[in-house]
Amino acid sequence: MTETNKSHTLHSKPRSKWRDVWYQFRKHKGALIGSIVFFTIVISVMFGPLVWPFEANEINIRARNQGPSWLHPFGTDQLGRDTFARMIAGGQTSIAVGLAAMTLSLLLGSFIGVMAGYYRRLDGLLMRFTDLFLSLPLLPLLLVMMLLFREPLSQAYGPERGMFVLIVFAIGVTSWMPTARIVRGDVMALKEREFILAAQSIGTTDAKIITRHIMPNVLSPILVSATLGIANAIITESALSFLGLGFPPDFPTWGRLLNDAVDYLQLYPERVMWPGLAISLTVLSINYLGDGLRDALDPRIRGR
Amino acid sequence: MLNFTIRRTLISIPTLLFISLIIFLLLNLAPNDPMAQVPLTVPPEVKEKMREALGLGQPLYIQFFKWLIQFFWIEPQVFFDHLFGTTFSEGDLRIISWQTRSPVMDIIVQRMPQTLWVVGMSYIVGILIALPIGIYSAYRHYSVFDQAGTFVTMIGYSIPPFFTGPLVIVIFAVQLGWLPSTYDTLHVVIDWDTFVIQFKQMILPVMVLAMQTTAQISRYMRASMLDNLNQDYVRTARAKGLSEWTVVMMHVLRNSMIPVVTVIALNLPAIFGGAIITEQIFKVNGIGGQLIGAIYSNDLPTVQTITFMFAFLIVFFNLIADLLYGLLDPRIRYD
Repeated sequence: MTETNKSHTLHSKPRSKWRDVWYQFRKHKGALIGSIVFFTIVISVMFGPLVWPFEANEINIRARNQGPSWLHPFGTDQLGRDTFARMIAGGQTSIAVGLAAMTLSLLLGSFIGVMAGYYRRLDGLLMRFTDLFLSLPLLPLLLVMMLLFREPLSQAYGPERGMFVLIVFAIGVTSWMPTARIVRGDVMALKEREFILAAQSIGTTDAKIITRHIMPNVLSPILVSATLGIANAIITESALSFLGLGFPPDFPTWGRLLNDAVDYLQLYPERVMWPGLAISLTVLSINYLGDGLRDALDPRIRGR
Repeated sequence: MLNFTIRRTLISIPTLLFISLIIFLLLNLAPNDPMAQVPLTVPPEVKEKMREALGLGQPLYIQFFKWLIQFFWIEPQVFFDHLFGTTFSEGDLRIISWQTRSPVMDIIVQRMPQTLWVVGMSYIVGILIALPIGIYSAYRHYSVFDQAGTFVTMIGYSIPPFFTGPLVIVIFAVQLGWLPSTYDTLHVVIDWDTFVIQFKQMILPVMVLAMQTTAQISRYMRASMLDNLNQDYVRTARAKGLSEWTVVMMHVLRNSMIPVVTVIALNLPAIFGGAIITEQIFKVNGIGGQLIGAIYSNDLPTVQTITFMFAFLIVFFNLIADLLYGLLDPRIRYD
């Protein structure tokens, strides 16, 4: 049997789907650069504290308000804290919030999308629900949630962890709608295909059909909305911190650092640049990554 | 079409009611106490009376119902009285801010012009920039201009307004000193010089907000133009010997505008949301500033009213977009 198989694939090696995706992805220069930049940022905020000699909250009042130097490449703030160390610490929070909120919103969005697409009797109700959520004023509501639930959650889990839970939850429950809509559309189209009929005819349960046959096929739109979800969550978290309704003041995130820097805009305008550039560069690289991923995962574009 | 319009309008009423319920429940079930600011020396029975005076003693559904009446029945009456000098609303209890002890709507009416002025202007500017970019990018598909346009819109998507805001302040207000960094709401335009000052102070906030609009609308315009440029009717128009200008601007553009116009209507409420941040950066004394101020000082009636007004805008413009789609495209008939 192995012999005949080999003769079939004489001209080319066996190709897996993910290998094809990778080949297509490599062709998109922007996406390639975007992913390199993004993973560089992630790795440097993950391992930065191990290498960098300064602590994020280490106050050195003698070295306050310094410009960039070899010792402090991004300068120091009004309490003499090293800005680079704070940027690393802030990046950890911002990216962790981004990933966690994206995961929550994807889980919610895929679940509702699959349910609405697969079960016709749930479709009307769930899509009404999605439309309702889409017509909520999100930023004001997020601000209100921050206002109302900050205190009790801080008391329950401690100021930082409580805020983390709250922000991830708030962003997650307000950003699942686009994913749900895309997934629903794809599931509805897939449900009419023969392989689903075949699976049903041999008595596969709905749960198994969804996990084995539907989910792998809607993976690519979910992956694409995952990348956009991270970008969206990072921007939202920064906006909340920027408005002073995010993490507590001594806990750095990129949005918080930007907010602090705006107070010193007239005296030290360069301080705004670091967190702003970090947010923009991360989001830009993720957007390019998502753009390339969309092209690479689309079988109609792939291979051309 | 009329049938559809009526049906579609009726559908948005339960949507609005449901949203108002969500906002109401979120604010009222939240574990916080409006009496928290009251000094501890105030005896408990006085506190209880204050609580009742704020209408907090009653069950939730009565509070909700009363709020609905205040918002949908009493406030419009006040507005009507204000316009025509009648006295329908005399003696009725209006939605009172806990912060200023004055009707919330009065403050909103004071703040609204600033927001509308900045947001509206930025939206118009954004659209005026976006449309030509979108049209030309699609016409010269994959040209240098198109690639540059794609890159610029990608940047416009990715750089949040709370970075572009401080950035333009650093460049144009701090370094170059050309433009003021804050927006002076008290400034009155009476002659040419004051107009120039007004114009200058509007440039930065309008620029920041318009950048977001431009990025989105030009993408839609380009995609929509690309869809249409390869259609058969375009080839027919060219074969008839029409000039290139007529083909693109009269035939293709008119058809491509249909989805773009609806997107313009759909995105307008989102711009109001984004204006919250921009108002904060440039110290514009508008609705967003009022919302943030009310949030900081735990002023729930104001927060509730403004949030619901944003929701109302979203539902309203969704309705407009749906109706526009049917009006503009004769092929789409809902009946």
